[in-house]
Amino acid sequence: MVGIVGYGAYIPRNRIKVEEIAKVWGADAPSYKRGLMLREKSVPSPDQDTITMSVEAAKSAIKRAGIDPREIGAVYVGSESHPYAVKPSGTIVAEAIGATPDCHCADFEFACKAGSEGMFVAMGLVKAGEIDYGMGIGADTSQGAPGDALEYSASAGAAAFIFGKKNVVAESQFTHSWMTDTPDFWRREHQFYPSHGGRFTGEPAYFRTINGCAKALLEKSKMKPSDFAFAVFHQPNGKFPMTVGKQLGFTEEQMNQGWLCPTLGNTYSGASPIGLTAILDIAKPGDKIFMVSYGSGAGSDGFIFEVTDRIKEVQNKAVHTRAMLDSDNRRYLDYGTYTKFRGKIKLRGE
Amino acid sequence: MSAPKYWREIPQRYRFEAARCKKCSKVLFPPRLICPACKSREFEKTRINEKGTVETFTIIRIAPTGFTDEAPYPVGIVDVGDGVRVLCQIADCDPENLKIGMKVRLEFRKIQQEGHAGVINYGYKCVPE
Amino acid sequence: MRDVAVIGVGMNKWGELWEAAIRDLLAESVLLALDDAGIDSVEAMYIGCMSSGLFTHQEHLGSIGPDYSGICPIPGMRVESACASGGAAFRAAYIHVASGMADIVMAAGVEKMTDVDGGGATFALATAADQEYEVYNGVTFPGLYAMMANHHMHKYGTTRDQLSQVAVKNHLNGSKNPLAQFRMKVTPDQVKNSVMVADPLTLLDCSPITDGSAAVILCSMDKAKELTRKRLVKIIGSGHASDTIQLAQREDISSLKSTNMAAKQALEMAGRKISDINFAEVHDCFTIAEIMVIEALGIAPQGKGGKATADGITAIDGKFPVNASGGLKSKGHPVGATGVAQIAEIVKQVRGEADEGRQVKKADIGLAQNMGGSGASSVVHILEGM
Repeated sequence: MVGIVGYGAYIPRNRIKVEEIAKVWGADAPSYKRGLMLREKSVPSPDQDTITMSVEAAKSAIKRAGIDPREIGAVYVGSESHPYAVKPSGTIVAEAIGATPDCHCADFEFACKAGSEGMFVAMGLVKAGEIDYGMGIGADTSQGAPGDALEYSASAGAAAFIFGKKNVVAESQFTHSWMTDTPDFWRREHQFYPSHGGRFTGEPAYFRTINGCAKALLEKSKMKPSDFAFAVFHQPNGKFPMTVGKQLGFTEEQMNQGWLCPTLGNTYSGASPIGLTAILDIAKPGDKIFMVSYGSGAGSDGFIFEVTDRIKEVQNKAVHTRAMLDSDNRRYLDYGTYTKFRGKIKLRGE
Repeated sequence: MSAPKYWREIPQRYRFEAARCKKCSKVLFPPRLICPACKSREFEKTRINEKGTVETFTIIRIAPTGFTDEAPYPVGIVDVGDGVRVLCQIADCDPENLKIGMKVRLEFRKIQQEGHAGVINYGYKCVPE
Repeated sequence: MRDVAVIGVGMNKWGELWEAAIRDLLAESVLLALDDAGIDSVEAMYIGCMSSGLFTHQEHLGSIGPDYSGICPIPGMRVESACASGGAAFRAAYIHVASGMADIVMAAGVEKMTDVDGGGATFALATAADQEYEVYNGVTFPGLYAMMANHHMHKYGTTRDQLSQVAVKNHLNGSKNPLAQFRMKVTPDQVKNSVMVADPLTLLDCSPITDGSAAVILCSMDKAKELTRKRLVKIIGSGHASDTIQLAQREDISSLKSTNMAAKQALEMAGRKISDINFAEVHDCFTIAEIMVIEALGIAPQGKGGKATADGITAIDGKFPVNASGGLKSKGHPVGATGVAQIAEIVKQVRGEADEGRQVKKADIGLAQNMGGSGASSVVHILEGM
């Protein structure tokens, strides 16, 4: 049996509301909130980045796994906001958690599915017997151009998963990856903000890809939507995952626990992975979980997990995801502070 | 920040590695060559605790170069037990909630970055528990 | 160890001295001291200077000192202990003469801080703290002392107003000192309401950035009796102690153990108690520092330094005048010069040569306390008029 042995997430404390962004750009806040099914999003402090959030998520995963970090044979951080263009985020994360030096490391990128890729590869190496434990992390401090639709949702967060064969809490039963060349959303080198194809990012990109992956996964596993206790899809806004889930035959009840976007925003490489951690926080032994990520460009990684008896022993060993999302320590920012935190103000020398 | 100067302190800044004197059990952070308490030169590896209490603090309003964009920010001295205190910034805490005696834990954060081309400096800050 | 006296002192006007390069700045006070002593030269020169390298990119003051004072080939040596550099230079000169190695030695101090901008000065000053465990995390010197202040206020109930009273007193004294950098008087409200630097310390709680120098000449007592026509001032006690560089590693965050130990050494050597001392020049780099120092010296009980200040004990006409010169606050703080200027002030007071309005009435025995960083090193000297 191969599967998740430890998991953890990290969500920063700052938030900004849709109204606060809309007021600056003269947009109609209620229609954005309805259209995107999104109320507010997380904002990283200036001292937080993909690496710092990954470290904290990874430490929670290690607490739940109960292993010596030196046993981790691979650390993969997937993000579209790696702090360095050359120098893997994974080296710093691995050093901080104590997994070095006998550890494989590479950074992953594939728009919003870079996190699930890291999970996919870590899991595969464990299954092949190359390593005992592998960690896949999805983390981002994503950027949306000022005034653009993406600015309402681009947020920050991280989720980390340790895969292994011993003390599994959620068995990885089936995986499938589905990928085409679909230029719906991209960022050229040296550009600060990404570009996207507007409505082209919907049906021909997000929906086609997730449907393609999900259907293949269901066929491969010979399962149907009603077999699952939970489902989580990539959540760039609140609406898309609910729509695609229902298209596939899943219900709101199955999707609610992992549906964090309305108050978290789109954490890009963290999106479906963080949703998965929220599900694992309350899952019961025997529950089956259906997860399909999506990364523009475009591709989806699908996973079917079955929760084991051991889940109860680890859930409370680290902070729960929704506890961070709904924390009393949340701080709401005004747009000026938000732009300063996100480095959107042109400083002297730039 | 010179690369070797940064790299040398990584075990302390990332993993809180310390030394415990084999003779008198004093915990030294950072580790040293000689125990100031009993003059022994033998140590075993240990780590400082990641939770503690704030013993004193201030709010830096006029900041040094490299930190000016973050001012004002709180800095405190935290008692982490085992006779060790560390100085660090206090993050995720509104100024009116700062109190001597508040419980905190150490968290991995970015400390500084040298413009757009330098090495990014990571380390620890404390956050309210 | 033979007896040593101070036979000459010199100090220039302190401030932002744009026209003065460090070489002439140092020479100015050296010459004033030589003139005051009525001699042409000395046998060796110790120069207290925290960092001519970082401030002016000029090292090797061991050559520049004698060179620009016109007295090569005498040996010169820079002495560094952060803000205690001047006091440490004086101690080195004292040991040099007391040991019999030479009869007449100069202790000078200089700092030229305005060739760099504010950021550059802050950077250089921060090298007195722990670079990897304090400065790395974004703390400043006002920040370190502010944490000591908050600790002191929490532990003993020291108040914002008591901090202000230190500044008020020292500016009052400094207003009568023509050599001081800042000669304006200040009110408690002005101190409290000036811009906040690191809570609770405001701009007026902090000593300034200053260019300046000072020099004193030490002489074996036998020779001093031949040379000087002024009241002889004898060094009767000398003490020097270190403490951890990190504030977080001190035994008690708001006590100055190194000052306490240096003072004990000096008093024991002098065979005196603190109550035998008439007045002192102390290291008020920040108002809270003076409060902690007078506790460490035993002028006020532990925790009661604020109250003693507010009660006027350390006023010019109080029971134990402290910083009749104006202190670092008003006089200025050219780092390496401060410790030497304190000695010069004590000598002038003992001789009865202080400016009108700030002459300590009974000034027979004075104590100088100079301190480095956040209290990581302290030097204390006691001088008595013969």
